[in-house]
Amino acid sequence: MWRWFHKLGSPKWFYAISGRWLPWVAVASILLLVVGTVWALLFAPADYQQGNSYRIIYIHVPAAFLAQSVYVMMAVAGAIGLIWKMKLADVMAKCCAPIGASFTFLALVTGAVWGKPTWGAWWVWDARLTSMLVLLFLYLGVVALQSAFTDRNQAARASALLSLVGLVNIPIIKYSVEWWNTLHQPASLTLTEKPAMPADMWVPLLIMVAGFYCFFTVVLLMRARVELLDRERRTGWVKDIIKAK
Amino acid sequence: MSGRLLEGINLCCERDHRVLFESLNMGVDAGEVLQIEGPNGSGKTTLLRVLTGLSEATEGEVRWCGQPIRKVRTRYYQNMQYLGHAAGIKQALTAHENLRWHAALTGLEGDDQIDDALGKVGLRGYEDVPCYTLSAGQQRRVNLARLHLLPAKLWILDEPFTAIDKAGVSAIEALLIHQAQQGGAVILTTHQDLQHVPGLRKLTLK
Amino acid sequence: MTAQVDVKQVNQGIFIAMIRRDMTAAFRHPSDLINPLIFFVVVVTLFPLAVTPESDFLREIAPGVLWVSALLATLLSLDMLFQSDFQDGTLEQMILSPQPLYASILAKVFTHWLLSGLPLTLLSPLLAMMLFLSADGTQALMLTLLLGTPVLSFIGAIGSALTVGLRKTGLLLSLLVLPLYIPVLIFASGAVQAAIAGLPIVGHLALLGALLALAVVLAPVAISTALRISLSG
Repeated sequence: MWRWFHKLGSPKWFYAISGRWLPWVAVASILLLVVGTVWALLFAPADYQQGNSYRIIYIHVPAAFLAQSVYVMMAVAGAIGLIWKMKLADVMAKCCAPIGASFTFLALVTGAVWGKPTWGAWWVWDARLTSMLVLLFLYLGVVALQSAFTDRNQAARASALLSLVGLVNIPIIKYSVEWWNTLHQPASLTLTEKPAMPADMWVPLLIMVAGFYCFFTVVLLMRARVELLDRERRTGWVKDIIKAK
Repeated sequence: MSGRLLEGINLCCERDHRVLFESLNMGVDAGEVLQIEGPNGSGKTTLLRVLTGLSEATEGEVRWCGQPIRKVRTRYYQNMQYLGHAAGIKQALTAHENLRWHAALTGLEGDDQIDDALGKVGLRGYEDVPCYTLSAGQQRRVNLARLHLLPAKLWILDEPFTAIDKAGVSAIEALLIHQAQQGGAVILTTHQDLQHVPGLRKLTLK
Repeated sequence: MTAQVDVKQVNQGIFIAMIRRDMTAAFRHPSDLINPLIFFVVVVTLFPLAVTPESDFLREIAPGVLWVSALLATLLSLDMLFQSDFQDGTLEQMILSPQPLYASILAKVFTHWLLSGLPLTLLSPLLAMMLFLSADGTQALMLTLLLGTPVLSFIGAIGSALTVGLRKTGLLLSLLVLPLYIPVLIFASGAVQAAIAGLPIVGHLALLGALLALAVVLAPVAISTALRISLSG
């Protein structure tokens, strides 16, 4: 277990193994996304209340899923980097931040687009949307802090700490926003809490979620590989790669 | 309690894509004065900060009496005084108040000896004026008074002679010699030639 | 046994020495203390000018306006927490001290609250009156400020410690800290609104108290880690 952990931490090993995995994950993500999209848009039945406008959940829900889990992943990677000084974890945490922020932004935009036909307004202060907005702020803070330091090691450790502080705060923020929301407006129709979705609706949703996760993995690995090459450019194995090209 | 008093093993330091030093082995024993030399930007201050534990080396380890400093942090800091680039004093406070705070940081009740220590660095009569009214050299002296006030086995001094006049320089040299004779150790950076310090060792960074 | 007692006494020593030092330094530059308070008053004054001087409307927005202004005033006062200590080198002495950093940090945050949160709390009834807040509302406002501003000091100290080594910190600091202030803002202004409506506010206060307890326990760990990171450059 310990040896495996150390091996995983070795940039050279990671670079080799991720290079081997990358094409497969990429193919999987394309397949899943194409199948999911076609199924969702053409074959899934229309909603009896919302008609066809509900179909945006096939992007909104996976994006919102990713937005939250990427934050957790970033904080966990940051903690590993902070405690065990594992370079690879630092790289992962750094690469997670902009991707997670993009997914959060996507979830917000699709939420707004879905809100227009449903509530008649581009933005409503719905608890989920508001929490998502705060999550975007947290991501932007991590990205801003990351880029404010000139020293890479300091940048990694500071943003790791900030994302951990954010992680502790997310449940509190979520709870407080929900509490605030119930106080100010009665619970309205929410996007994801649908009683008994028919299988024709949720199976493509599941496929889309899986596709989004694969897509995320692809982007993360690509970013991490570039970042690793840049960091390790003075080491032997990177020079070997450059020579080989 | 084995090994040297302070020891840097296989130190490597990288800042902003630049390697300052690599595979550096160094150390001091009791009774030694070690002068670190090198041109500007060669990493002298960084090395000192690594030795204090403020900064972390990219690779390598610093040991206090044979133990990694992050494991014996409290014991190490009880026995070490560091004078950094910055004055280490609050401008709004008087020399006396500043030193009282430093004494509390070290865990000592040094209230009576504070004026004594200030006298030894030539600041008698300046104990109770705010430090912003003092000159740069006098402010350095307030900081140096810590060395008289707070006994420590190891001193790590970053350019202690900056802004100090001739008389002050020889006083500090005498202080270094005294510290070595008492069985303490000093690591310092300076561009000054320390002619009067017996048994001075030098370490040159490129 | 005796050794333990000794350590405790020394901790107390550094705690008190730290507060004494920061207080003395602060009172020799009183303008740094008064500026956030003036800011608080000015910002609150802007709202009637920008919206309407009508008393019913002002009474309704008063809890939010007062709390947002107090929050911004606290944010501005975070400068005095670690910035000057970093510049004059006393912050690194704090880290290189054999005393637990935890005690020094607790003392610094407590002093910050004494010099920013507490005066804001004491000043708030005056502004509440200018916004026609009822007596119940004013009482709730003061209670929430009393419980909430220490949390703001703790969370703000994390952000301040993370950015202390950077050059332009003001805007970055607010970007880091403001989202984390949201729960305090929600519970506190919610309490004042509930008080105006004649509802009990014990629940709100309990929540704020829980946040404070959490901050006291967790924030110093984060702050000391952040300081070590910021000084390691």
